[in-house]
Amino acid sequence: MKHQLPKWVDYGLIPLLNLITAFLVAGLVVLIVGESPLEAAYLLVRGAFGYGGGIGYTLFYATNFIFTGLSVAVAIHCGLFNIGSEGQAYVGGIGVAAACLALDHYVPWYVTFPFAIAGAAAFGAAWAFIPAWLQAKRGSHVVITTIMFNFIASALMIYLLVEVFKPAGSMAPETRTFQDGGQLPKLDWVFELFGTSLGGAPFNISFLLALFACWAVWLLIWRTRLGYEIRTTGINPTAAVYAGIPQLRTIVIAMLISGALAGMMGLNPIMGDQYRLQESFPAGAGFVGIAVSLMGRNHPVGIIFAAILFGMLWQGGAELAFDMPKISRDMIVVIQGLVILFAGALEHMYRPSLSGYFSRRQQQSAKAAALGSGKVG
Amino acid sequence: MDFLSLLQILDSTIRLSTPLLLAALAGLYSERSGVFDIGLEGKMLGGAFAAAAAAVVFGNPWIALLFALLASLGLALIHAFASITVKGNQIVSGVAINFIAAGLTALLGQSWFGQGGRTPQIGQDARFNPVELPAAEALSGIPVLGPFYRDLVSGHNLIVYFAFLMVPLTWWVIFRTRFGLRLRAVGENPAAVDTAGISVVWARYRAVMICGLLCGFAGAYLSIGLSAGFVQNMTAGKGFIALAALIFAKWRPLNAMWACLLFGFLDAVAIRLQGVPLPVVGIVPVQFIQALPYILTVVLLAGFIGKAVPPKAGGVPYTKER
Repeated sequence: MKHQLPKWVDYGLIPLLNLITAFLVAGLVVLIVGESPLEAAYLLVRGAFGYGGGIGYTLFYATNFIFTGLSVAVAIHCGLFNIGSEGQAYVGGIGVAAACLALDHYVPWYVTFPFAIAGAAAFGAAWAFIPAWLQAKRGSHVVITTIMFNFIASALMIYLLVEVFKPAGSMAPETRTFQDGGQLPKLDWVFELFGTSLGGAPFNISFLLALFACWAVWLLIWRTRLGYEIRTTGINPTAAVYAGIPQLRTIVIAMLISGALAGMMGLNPIMGDQYRLQESFPAGAGFVGIAVSLMGRNHPVGIIFAAILFGMLWQGGAELAFDMPKISRDMIVVIQGLVILFAGALEHMYRPSLSGYFSRRQQQSAKAAALGSGKVG
Repeated sequence: MDFLSLLQILDSTIRLSTPLLLAALAGLYSERSGVFDIGLEGKMLGGAFAAAAAAVVFGNPWIALLFALLASLGLALIHAFASITVKGNQIVSGVAINFIAAGLTALLGQSWFGQGGRTPQIGQDARFNPVELPAAEALSGIPVLGPFYRDLVSGHNLIVYFAFLMVPLTWWVIFRTRFGLRLRAVGENPAAVDTAGISVVWARYRAVMICGLLCGFAGAYLSIGLSAGFVQNMTAGKGFIALAALIFAKWRPLNAMWACLLFGFLDAVAIRLQGVPLPVVGIVPVQFIQALPYILTVVLLAGFIGKAVPPKAGGVPYTKER
């Protein structure tokens, strides 16, 4: 029989131990490269939180990761491992760009924004629909199909950017720059409240949308009937079918929501920073979402913290690469991989020893209690 | 199209399908034993970097190959530990390995060689060079068959011949040896194998280690066979194409070879078809041809052109006594 661990160990201690291990190994890599891990860590944290602009960039990246993290998490709750958030985010960008290109000349941003959100969600969901339907109806493994769809998305987008969206006379594979009606306002007033400035960081209003999305996902998964059906299908598909939960519908809806969330990631870089649709703008955020969701234990609150941690790594990592030329930005990719490895694949590494420790302690305290009561009696 | 340019296309088909074939066969061993592996890409990349870095330092292709095998084997052992010993999620572990390999190769490449993640150009004598098969020049006078033998069969490097030799060898190992029988059995029904007193863990470990070694060959081929040095992310999705080919081949060695040749052919043709109008369809966007292997795999997975059934116990860690 397996010993039940206390909740704080399961949700607090084990993820923390895994994370610490990941960072220790990352520190080892820094040592191999020939730099001091402590100094690297200091530079990284200073780069991410040391000044207003750094914090702004950290939160800007975190916004991306909240969306993709939520996307991965919703699918995982349904028992589906969606590796396709990257492709879904990429295609979702078409929805954002279409809304902006159509409306930016005529209306202010707050009119364009809802259309862009709807477009991003619709395109992202559409790209998730085929893998979802194939999984639910024909049993093709969603992991493989979403990987394939990532590559198809990238081929499709390059084709579209080069042949369709590129303005005449331009060489770069990107759309034209949006007018004011397609640009989201920055959140510099938040920073001024704290007496600091945003600098040039593109931290914008889509962060608030991301927080709203967290709340909405929490509501959906734990407070609605659909969420119950999604979780049941994820934990035990056979029982779910037996309980009368329509499997095909649940899987497809969960993946559509997952794709829509991934698609909405595009709002932040496209409308909030670049003001145009560019080649490979998700820049791996879809894959970071996997690490974020694993670390955040698929819970929106955990995802916010994990997303900020990864935002810190991205922003701090950029500054670190600047200060320590021996460490390139690829250090972030290594850390990301280590977090996925230790928090995801080796999740249970510490469990047996911890489980043994806690069951011994419980037995001892039970014994002590028995002895104590013996003395009194 | 004349005979010579056809030969050229077929020649580059063989060159381009070799890494796919090695990686697909690698995946075949692992997945037949019930361990899914989407980390083929990462292992190839790790092998490619190790080979190039060792070739720069030692100037010897064989030592370089050895390093490639060790690097890839190391990554394979991480995957084995995570998915067999600790019973973690095999997909998550594969994703992690892809990230670690992509990050580490670029990071170490930059910090060791300082050329933006590349290794320096590798000299001829530190690479695997084309091998002239016997009598290739002498027979080239014979029409059709002569040039065919000289240009297509002869003149590849050793790893190419090794890859194609691995096809019948893998078939023999998987379907005609006791080891292969057990390997297939732990992928289909590990409990039965366990009952027979054979270690599921050890069988799977060996399969994953073979997978690592073959990925190492594929990586070494990329960096010191096909090209003369390592470039950041030089696998560029080849590991996933190999995975697609493996599914396309329904986890069979000979089919895997045909699938890899098909995907290699698409790759070879894609470059030539740029801007060339085809009969009936007109100009095909080159991106479409590049995406074709992925599209075909999705169509196949949907069961529209035959059903691809993976090994039954694939992706499930084996737990005794449940």
